[in-house]
Amino acid sequence: MANLKELSKKQEPLTGGHRLCPGCGASIVVRQVLLASKDPVVVVSATGCLEVSTTIFPYSAWKVPFLHNAFENAAATMSGVEAYYQYLKRKGKTSQHINFVAFGGDGGTYDIGFQSLSGAMERGHDLTYVCYNNQAYMNTGIQRSSATPKGANTTTEPAGKVKQGKTMNRKDLTEIMVAHNIPYVAQATVGNWADLTRKAEKAFSIRGPKFMNVLQPCRLGWAYKPEETGVIGRIAAETCFWPLYEVENGVYKITKPREKKPITEFLKTQERFRHLFKPGNEKIIEDIQAEVDQRWQSLLAKEAMTAKAAK
Amino acid sequence: MVKVVAKTGNEAMAEAMRQINPDVVAAYPITPATEIVMIFAKYVADGLVDTEYVAVESEHSAMSACVGASAAGGRVMTGTSSQGLALMYEILPIVSSLRLPIVMCDVNRAISGPINIHCDHSDTMAAQDFGWVQIFSENSQEAYDSLIQAIRIAEDPRLQLPTMVTTDGFIISHCMDKIELLDDADVQKFIGGERKAATRLLDIDKPVTLGLIDLQDYYFEHRVQVAEAMRGAKKIILEVADEFAEKFGRKYGLIEGYQLDDAEHVIVALGSTCGTTKVVVDELRAKGIKAGLLKIRVFRPFPAEEIAAALSKAKTVAVLDRSDTWSAQGGHVFTEVRSGMFDQKAKPKMINYIYGLGGREINLELIRQVYTDLQNIEKQPLVQYLGVRE
Repeated sequence: MANLKELSKKQEPLTGGHRLCPGCGASIVVRQVLLASKDPVVVVSATGCLEVSTTIFPYSAWKVPFLHNAFENAAATMSGVEAYYQYLKRKGKTSQHINFVAFGGDGGTYDIGFQSLSGAMERGHDLTYVCYNNQAYMNTGIQRSSATPKGANTTTEPAGKVKQGKTMNRKDLTEIMVAHNIPYVAQATVGNWADLTRKAEKAFSIRGPKFMNVLQPCRLGWAYKPEETGVIGRIAAETCFWPLYEVENGVYKITKPREKKPITEFLKTQERFRHLFKPGNEKIIEDIQAEVDQRWQSLLAKEAMTAKAAK
Repeated sequence: MVKVVAKTGNEAMAEAMRQINPDVVAAYPITPATEIVMIFAKYVADGLVDTEYVAVESEHSAMSACVGASAAGGRVMTGTSSQGLALMYEILPIVSSLRLPIVMCDVNRAISGPINIHCDHSDTMAAQDFGWVQIFSENSQEAYDSLIQAIRIAEDPRLQLPTMVTTDGFIISHCMDKIELLDDADVQKFIGGERKAATRLLDIDKPVTLGLIDLQDYYFEHRVQVAEAMRGAKKIILEVADEFAEKFGRKYGLIEGYQLDDAEHVIVALGSTCGTTKVVVDELRAKGIKAGLLKIRVFRPFPAEEIAAALSKAKTVAVLDRSDTWSAQGGHVFTEVRSGMFDQKAKPKMINYIYGLGGREINLELIRQVYTDLQNIEKQPLVQYLGVRE
């Protein structure tokens, strides 16, 4: 894997001067994923923070070919780009390898873009879909999505006098993508650069559809100081709120934390969960801990089971 | 060499697609357009075309994938109808604003609800504002010829706008008709080799950013560019039609007149109904009644001046609409034709008939009734429903 020194010498795919918030994790995801590519990349982005902040006409922060179509169709749009590339390759009109990378936020991936994503994965296009997952519709003002965790305060499921934020648990899209039986699925987070870079490199080394779900702390929607993005990403992994793992051809590989921290360590870093620490809301935190524990146990079991099967 | 064969509208369109041999086709099945892509998929399976065929999971993704492939530089086609076209509506204006010359086979079918699979023009008419050239066909031959011309029209460097060629669901799409096919080589020669794209997303040495966010300071100008391109489209469509006529002998225009020059009573229509109307015109002419037909072939851009000139001598005009705007002011074609006539000094009396919704039959008797009404136009309401049970 490329080290930081090597990575720092590569040309940045996304320049500074874009209009993302200070401390935004989305640009970190884009840069770390794209820098991991040895080959040229072509990028498609769903509508969202990333797209609106980097492409305000007549300016563009992209140093690589970039296409935005609509909100829910980044995967389908990239299917078309990749299809034409396959045509050119088959006709002998190009031999250069290109990595096709689609970026979407959690709304454009988990919710409205889910069908388009599922279709592209099922059809087997050679592309890498990266969800920069900040767990709400941050671009339109912190509305809840199906990626929003239980208890989080959002503008469409706010914490109030009788309700305490989102009532349902988040959708586990990573596992849904595993169920598509695609060659590579990974879960990563901002703040673990080596892990993220290694997973992106792995994705680019594999032909066929790849999916990466990258937890991206959002300083606006989660409400914390801009410099804490990476720290919060790491705590998400250490509490197993966002386990770091990958599934290559059905075989699970988990990066286990040295010590699994309680979920409160993650919750207390952000204002979106502040109301949960008021008296009377203990049960919600217990529920969140129970969900995290259950998913973690399930992951460990899958790792053990698939490791055995792989042997 | 001309080959005369029997083909349905769908077969004719699929045949044109085979001869065009597009780089990428992305599509999703929908009645009555399904057959076009089914036949084409078999061509792909049999190696008769070089196309990369993407069988997507919805029409929304079909048009989205077409955008990707076309932005990458490919010659791209698809086919759809009705709800499928409606599911593409969100993407259709993105295609025109990105100036992507995607060509679509569109089989006209009623829009839900209630659900109905038969012909009317509600789907296509609802797409009239999205910056696509729209060409209607009277029969399979026209559909075949227009689809070949559509590649040239859409990809013309002065235009670079998406183009849809329509047939009437089941009436043309599923009815066997005699058509004259061109040689494969002649089609290839006519469309002129590979697409010459202005921007190619796959050009990694010259990276472009496409589909940017365009705020108050530029959005307006970019929309006006599409309008200006569309204004110039009529000239391009006619140039392509003239070249087609010169090479293959079949002449097309923006509009077509049938017994129109001295006609006093004129029906304006588009699509398959024009064929039915021509039969009635012949009948009436034999009786000494000066009946005529004005067929609109190109609905976008709208040939208002040409229509106004062609109708300038008529006494009465009935516009037939196979869709309703629900504006209480008549159908889509009526409001456009009427607006186009406003500046004429001598204006014919003009009335509107909305007919054939959801595949309701339009027959000789109903067309005769329209011509009879035109001869007593004073008694007619501005808008009426033709062939509806009361």
